[in-house]
Amino acid sequence: MFANFDFDVIARSLRYLFFDGMTFTLILTALATAGGIVFGTMLALMRLSGFPLLAVPATGYVNLMRSVPLVLMIFWFYFLVPYIGQWLTGAERPIQVGYFTSSLVTFTLFEAAYFCEIMRAGIQSISRGQLAAAQALGMSYPQTMGYIVLPQAFRNMLPVLLTQTIILFQDTSLVYVLSITDFLGAASKVAQRDGRLVEMYLFAAVVYFVMSFAASQGVRALSHRTAIIR
Amino acid sequence: MTDIQIDINEVSKWYGPFQVLNRCSTKVGKGEVVVVCGPSGSGKSTLIKCVNGLEPFTQGAITVDGISVGDPKTNLPKLRARIGMVFQHFELFPHLTVMRNLVLAQIKVLGRSSGEAHENGMRLLDRVGLRDQAEKFPGELSGGQQQRVAIARALAMDPIAMLFDEPTSALDPEMIKEVLDVMVSLARDGMTMIVVTHEMGFARQVARRVVFMDKGEIVEDAPTEEFFGSPRSESAQMFLSKILQY
Amino acid sequence: MNYHWNWGIFWDISPDGAHSYLQTLLLGTTWTLATAFFAWCLALLFGSIIGVIRTTSNAWLVRLGNAYVELFRNIPLLVQMFLWYFVLPEVVPQAIGTWLKQQPNASFYTAVVALGFYTSARVAEQVRAGILSLAQGQRLAALALGLTLPQAYGFVLLPMAYRIMLPPLTSELLNIIKNSSVALTIGLMELTARARSMQEFSFQVFEAFTAATVIYIVINIAVTFAMRALERRTAVPGFIGASPAAAH
Repeated sequence: MFANFDFDVIARSLRYLFFDGMTFTLILTALATAGGIVFGTMLALMRLSGFPLLAVPATGYVNLMRSVPLVLMIFWFYFLVPYIGQWLTGAERPIQVGYFTSSLVTFTLFEAAYFCEIMRAGIQSISRGQLAAAQALGMSYPQTMGYIVLPQAFRNMLPVLLTQTIILFQDTSLVYVLSITDFLGAASKVAQRDGRLVEMYLFAAVVYFVMSFAASQGVRALSHRTAIIR
Repeated sequence: MTDIQIDINEVSKWYGPFQVLNRCSTKVGKGEVVVVCGPSGSGKSTLIKCVNGLEPFTQGAITVDGISVGDPKTNLPKLRARIGMVFQHFELFPHLTVMRNLVLAQIKVLGRSSGEAHENGMRLLDRVGLRDQAEKFPGELSGGQQQRVAIARALAMDPIAMLFDEPTSALDPEMIKEVLDVMVSLARDGMTMIVVTHEMGFARQVARRVVFMDKGEIVEDAPTEEFFGSPRSESAQMFLSKILQY
Repeated sequence: MNYHWNWGIFWDISPDGAHSYLQTLLLGTTWTLATAFFAWCLALLFGSIIGVIRTTSNAWLVRLGNAYVELFRNIPLLVQMFLWYFVLPEVVPQAIGTWLKQQPNASFYTAVVALGFYTSARVAEQVRAGILSLAQGQRLAALALGLTLPQAYGFVLLPMAYRIMLPPLTSELLNIIKNSSVALTIGLMELTARARSMQEFSFQVFEAFTAATVIYIVINIAVTFAMRALERRTAVPGFIGASPAAAH
């Protein structure tokens, strides 16, 4: 059954797959996670602020992002970001943005909605007594949030945040729809150029599996460790 | 009476249609120790939380060292830094070491230098008998130890008065004494204290006055011996008979 | 802004000659919903089976169930679709492979299968969490009455577990609808594919994508309402749902 297959194609294209493809995937994952958590935490604070002027737009944004497929968002931002760039810089024509910038904006803004919900749950799980104690010491709202609530919320939700990062890592494969060369894109290009679809896609599947599985086992070990300390 | 430090005047509070405080008035002088007691739901915790503005109140006025708590122009964080509060569930910050719990507000709210804050923190840890626990996390300490650290944390701000909200209610019986000992020594050193508690032995030892609350009202406000010896109101008598049994 | 808005584009005839753009979008929507529906049936069926066997005390069954879940959770959906669509026909006996490749609507069937199995792993997690969240006592009580294990699951554990699981299952259903868009990569002309196609031919980028966005939001709201109504109708009086462990 596997007689016609040429698995050497994998060995030959390893450099391209990993140096071109996987680096794109990993850098996009890392930056979008960082940006997504920062923006997501901001959104969570806005939703919990009690000011309708902040809470309503934040809630609307989160619900919008969660109602729409990521693929559609990838298309949206691919066309929208040049116009936003034009508007921001006052240029005459839409700004040319590279594939990486467009993807980064898309994934950061999209995943921020999911990170927002995670952080919101985390913040709400901090007991009111902690807030009262911080306030009783004379801490202002920013100080209370910054030193007491957010550090604890973040620590408590770390396993869930990391799991969402693994999901983000897998989601980056969708940049395929714009023919971008992430890891899957690279595998696909080799597959089509050399006519080796089976080998390349199987290899891609194995690589994604190994990396995601290892990462999720790591998260499990981490949450066991922190559970003991608490 | 010496200078009035805390003046609670005709304070009332409603939660929607439900009235939790009804025209409460009392004064606490400098160095006085006042115990507030009463059955559950009498509003004593709510009242004490109004003193440092953690709970807003609907009517009346509370003044601390001349500053009005209910005045919208008052800088509440600044005021709170001058009043210490100890909670029933300790509320130490679990993600910080004991020492960090003690120095955080000193540095960020009072603007002290790190060295000064640490020195102060160590001195207070020593005072509550927990010098060796400085680098431990709250989760590693017993309830009694945590509460003593909480007292040290409040004292680190050099407060003019200390508020205690049922400080021993969440402790196992064998740890109550170590916390009360600290509170007694505080009182003997002249700290102004309002203590919501059921510990009548403590009250008899150091409290100058006892304030008895029932259903949101201050029913009795009398010197300690008078309150225990000849309580005037029926509700106070019932309350005392129930808790002094053991 | 240099963009020329033209909201009337929806009534123009699309390149296929027979339908307006609006109609093509709605056609795409029906493919989206059809794919989601059949995939959901598949997911519920397999997910329930796997979820249940993961709660049994047979170590091998549990390991099998865990392996199943790990397999489908650690590979991106897009890659899974490629495996079903490109790889499967090549590794099965040649006759079957050729037959597969000749199917009209191959992308639809592939999408349903790929999406169904992908989601079944997530459903398995919810089912397992739902069953485990019921107190052990329920199972013991059922067995003590003389019910066999399958009877205990069928009459006692699963009915309660599904009620508990309605909220997380609702979000899985919404996910399947959104994930159907991934099938555009294997040629399924669902909603997002149609919007992309409309954008490519008419150059009215934002009108096309806005329409798709609005349609997805409407579907989202409709499904959420329907599931909430279902929750209310099946609610057990007095039972404050035990919160299933957050299986993420």
